[in-house]
Amino acid sequence: MHGIWWGLAWQEIKQRYRRSVIGPFWIALSTAVMVSGMGPLYGILFGQAVSNYVQHLAVSLIIWTFISAAINEAGTVFVGAEGYIKQVNLPLSVYVLKLISRNLLMLAHNCTVMLFVLIIFPPDNFNSIWMAPFGLLMVVCNLFWLVLLLGMLSARYRDIPQLVSNIIQVALFLTPIIWSIEMLPPGRRFLADFNPLFHFIEVVRAPLLGKSIYLVSWLFVFITMLGGSILTFLVFKKFRSRVPYWL
Amino acid sequence: MVQLITARNLSVDFPIFGMTSNRSFKKSLINIATGGALAKDASNRVTVRALDGLSFDFYEGDRIGLVGHNGCGKSTLLQVLAGIYEPTSGELTVDGRITSMLGITLGMDAEVTGLDNIYLRGRLMGLQRKTIDGMVDEIADFAGIGEFLHLPMRTYSSGMSMRLAFAVATSVEAEIILMDEWLSAGDADFALKAKDRLTALVSKARLVVIASHDLSMIADQCNTVIHLEHGKILSMTKK
Repeated sequence: MHGIWWGLAWQEIKQRYRRSVIGPFWIALSTAVMVSGMGPLYGILFGQAVSNYVQHLAVSLIIWTFISAAINEAGTVFVGAEGYIKQVNLPLSVYVLKLISRNLLMLAHNCTVMLFVLIIFPPDNFNSIWMAPFGLLMVVCNLFWLVLLLGMLSARYRDIPQLVSNIIQVALFLTPIIWSIEMLPPGRRFLADFNPLFHFIEVVRAPLLGKSIYLVSWLFVFITMLGGSILTFLVFKKFRSRVPYWL
Repeated sequence: MVQLITARNLSVDFPIFGMTSNRSFKKSLINIATGGALAKDASNRVTVRALDGLSFDFYEGDRIGLVGHNGCGKSTLLQVLAGIYEPTSGELTVDGRITSMLGITLGMDAEVTGLDNIYLRGRLMGLQRKTIDGMVDEIADFAGIGEFLHLPMRTYSSGMSMRLAFAVATSVEAEIILMDEWLSAGDADFALKAKDRLTALVSKARLVVIASHDLSMIADQCNTVIHLEHGKILSMTKK
């Protein structure tokens, strides 16, 4: 539908930060405050070199904010658009794309912080940094089906958004974001492999931090992308027309 | 005659969630329902039958008036024709581009300028940015908002916002027009201008469907009057 979602996404960002002096850069500023506040303290708590830890924390938090916000908002992607859905005949994907674009715009603002951190504390190498956009693209594709699926389920079963936000809340602590897998004893590192969110973060994070590429993560993200898309396509095909009735 | 809209046995059931217990309450509801008929679907859920087995053919040049009490299904039928609700059962074929005049203020933002709102509305009506570029002057001129065009819409009087919404909604060429009540806006002078503009738009359209309580307007504008009651067609009179 000729890119209307992009305009709507900008509109929402502008709405949120209207008449504020620095506008959407509040997103970046709050991330900067969080990283500079948490970085040194948790670096000491975990016994890490501050440069390494701040680098890890900044990149992880920014990717996590993007992924978790998109998943959290999935519950209201259709419920919140009830006024639109019941008055104009737009494809449902417009609302999903709008949600993802809005979060990508916020990610773009946050990237200024990431850039800043990576300039002050440069990683060992930039050999695989070109893979980061591909990682992000795969995450976005995964978010597309996930948001669509969760959005439909949430329209029908209103407990889903609560459940999802609960899981996301806990996941912040269970996923290597504030801590890293290198802090786990070598024999326990496999535990992270059972956490899908770890792989989602890792495919973007590892290239940015100059870490070696973890093939399991790429495979996992790729397979979920295919499997999830097929599942969502089937659910969508069957229940697409029911969504307005559920609102 | 070219057939533009065909419906065969079209029904729409709205599920009601969170009402699976308390049977007696449901029974008592069935007796007092003034809207669609309450029923139970296959999985024993309570549903409201908003449209019940409608069949009709609308041809090129038709001006259809939908009349009936509140809750008789007029608005639901318009929403179904607009493609918002897919019929729960039965068939509906629409051959032509639908211009829906339902919710003409949807998406307007009081915090941005009138100009930006023209674009917002235009985009929601499915217009390209470039197409809107060429329409802005005419729309602003008709709405008569003058230099307010470049001010946030929260500075407008409610009449001005409505005039702007009306001007955008009626600025397009339309094939099939769907309208819930005859659109109007503004003071007496503007309302007169608005009537001329809408009449011109309607007269160029291939098909028009209007839901209204205003029987004299319906008699004035329509060649076919459909009387709905409890989601069924009570009568269909052609002039």
